[in-house]
Amino acid sequence: MSAAVGLAARSVWNRRGTAALTIFTIAVSVALLLGVQKIRVEAKASFANTISGTDLIVGARSGPINLLLYTIFRVGDATANVSYATYRTVAAHPDVAWTIPISLGDSHHGFRVMGTSSDYFAHYHFAGDHALAFAQGGPFSDLYDTVLGAEVADALHYRLGDNIIVSHGLGNVSFANHKDKPFRVAGILKRTGTPVDRTVHISLEAITAIHIDWQSGIQAPLDERVSADEARRRDLTPDSITAFLVGMKSKSTVFTMQRALNEYRKEPLLAIIPGVALTQLWDLVGVADMALLIVAAFVVTAGLLGMLTAILTSLAERRREMAILRSVGARPRDIFLLLVAEAGLLGTLGALIGVLLTYAGVFASRHWLEQRYGLFINVGPPSTIELALLGGVIVAAFAVGAIPALRAYGTSLADGLTIRI
Amino acid sequence: MTTRASPASATPPAIDLRGVEFAWTPGRPVISISRLTVRRGDRVFLRGPSGSGKSTLLALVAGILRPQAGTVAVLGTDLGTVRGAGRDAFRAAHLGFIFQMFNLVPYLSVLDNVLLPLRFSAVRRGRVANAEVEARRLLQELGLDPADVNERGVAELSVGQQQRVAVARALLGRPELVIADEPTSALDTDAREAFLKLLMQECASVAATLLFVSHDLSLSPLFDQTLSLPDINRVGSRRAAS
Repeated sequence: MSAAVGLAARSVWNRRGTAALTIFTIAVSVALLLGVQKIRVEAKASFANTISGTDLIVGARSGPINLLLYTIFRVGDATANVSYATYRTVAAHPDVAWTIPISLGDSHHGFRVMGTSSDYFAHYHFAGDHALAFAQGGPFSDLYDTVLGAEVADALHYRLGDNIIVSHGLGNVSFANHKDKPFRVAGILKRTGTPVDRTVHISLEAITAIHIDWQSGIQAPLDERVSADEARRRDLTPDSITAFLVGMKSKSTVFTMQRALNEYRKEPLLAIIPGVALTQLWDLVGVADMALLIVAAFVVTAGLLGMLTAILTSLAERRREMAILRSVGARPRDIFLLLVAEAGLLGTLGALIGVLLTYAGVFASRHWLEQRYGLFINVGPPSTIELALLGGVIVAAFAVGAIPALRAYGTSLADGLTIRI
Repeated sequence: MTTRASPASATPPAIDLRGVEFAWTPGRPVISISRLTVRRGDRVFLRGPSGSGKSTLLALVAGILRPQAGTVAVLGTDLGTVRGAGRDAFRAAHLGFIFQMFNLVPYLSVLDNVLLPLRFSAVRRGRVANAEVEARRLLQELGLDPADVNERGVAELSVGQQQRVAVARALLGRPELVIADEPTSALDTDAREAFLKLLMQECASVAATLLFVSHDLSLSPLFDQTLSLPDINRVGSRRAAS
């Protein structure tokens, strides 16, 4: 390479104060860019990890995204229910391996209450083949037992054996409480990083029991109420549930079953494949994180423009240096290369330090992200996309360097050996 | 590019300008020289007050500028026949420059400043067996303390020391022609003559031609030949007359 390239490093070192600031600016912007990219990837993976192993989600006929949102993400409401008889029919189908009933509509301090069966703890999977596991206690053994998600227990400081009151409806502050039928915390699940953490689980029968003396959202007058113990003696088989999850014995029967359910004559049903619906939902949500990446790219651009300003400002005081270099035989091309190499060096160092900052940031926040948001940030070597982003930043730094380099090229042609100060 | 370092007697002059015309803007020439010759090995004093076209003349001899008319031959090479990068290479190989002041690249050590021409010229590298040893020898001959060479940054040197480093750089790799442009004007009177004698002695030891440009005629008796640019440059004399 040109003799000038060897000089670039010395020149940068000579101005190490300003150079360090420039490098740091680029490093921070690159760390932001890589951080956003890492979170984008992990958020998408974590999103896709919300549910796994389930072949079909079945609910009353509405939209696939709506069904996915209220069954899995605990967002929004069901418009109609599925009859328990239909659920039993599907559950008894010879191709069906297991089913998990879901009954929603109540809440506890803003956390949703979900009625289900013990099959939930056996068959619900997330993030590949992770099954639900208990941090403390176990599944329901009594009618008035509840199993809490990790975040519910953390946020409300519940321990095993505590009594909790379920509220009717979904408000954060509800005036209609099922306070005559308190629940005992029988189990607390390990953290999953999915909406399961924010769910209060009770049995389907318990859902029936707490609503046994309710009509149209109002509890019966005092003298007609059914006490908690009395409810135990009643038939607590529900009439309907909100939705249910289905695991098939063989994957090859999933589409057949899906079609059969969607064309079910006795009531209007919707069966969706979770993966497909998740992808559709991500297409909606993913726009926001693309916007984040674009913002990060603009921050990198600002960093490189800062470098451009620094180099352009230094040019005036470097005309003497250029004349000296010309006098010892440097070609205008060498002067051009000197400045491009300087910009490239600053950009490359900035990008590398940015990588280090990213890794340091990931190491520092990994535990917190995992606990708080269930994001498992992978600390492997940079991905292809990350390398491409880094390469882009470095190439852009060289390209930006061409601007002062062209100017110095022109000046050195005009000045020649004349030393201007 | 050709090197014409053939034996002394039949060699062409160090500088030979014939009918050279140069104008930055058409119709307003700054240089118009019918003939200017500097013999090999001579020590020539060129008196060049400001406004006499001195910088332009040096740029023409250095091959930075090309004349609109006439020929500029340096060490027998007609620079008009050499392309831009070739002239840069020719300058790197055969010429040494010393400027008025601020001769040194601030981010290089004293030693690296002296070695700078070798970075740009394989010809000059080829003439020095052990560059670093030679550079140190030159610096020592010029009276620079080895400790200064090793440890101090160029900015910490006095102006006189900086000028001597510049001489070492100009002479490293034995260029045939050394051009010194007002190298003593930043020095005080006592130091001037000592510096000049040192410069001449070093030029003689490598058999280099010395073209010394200054407006200070008090130094001219030390030279073989004294030329006056306002007399040679017809533009300059016209301007001086008007």
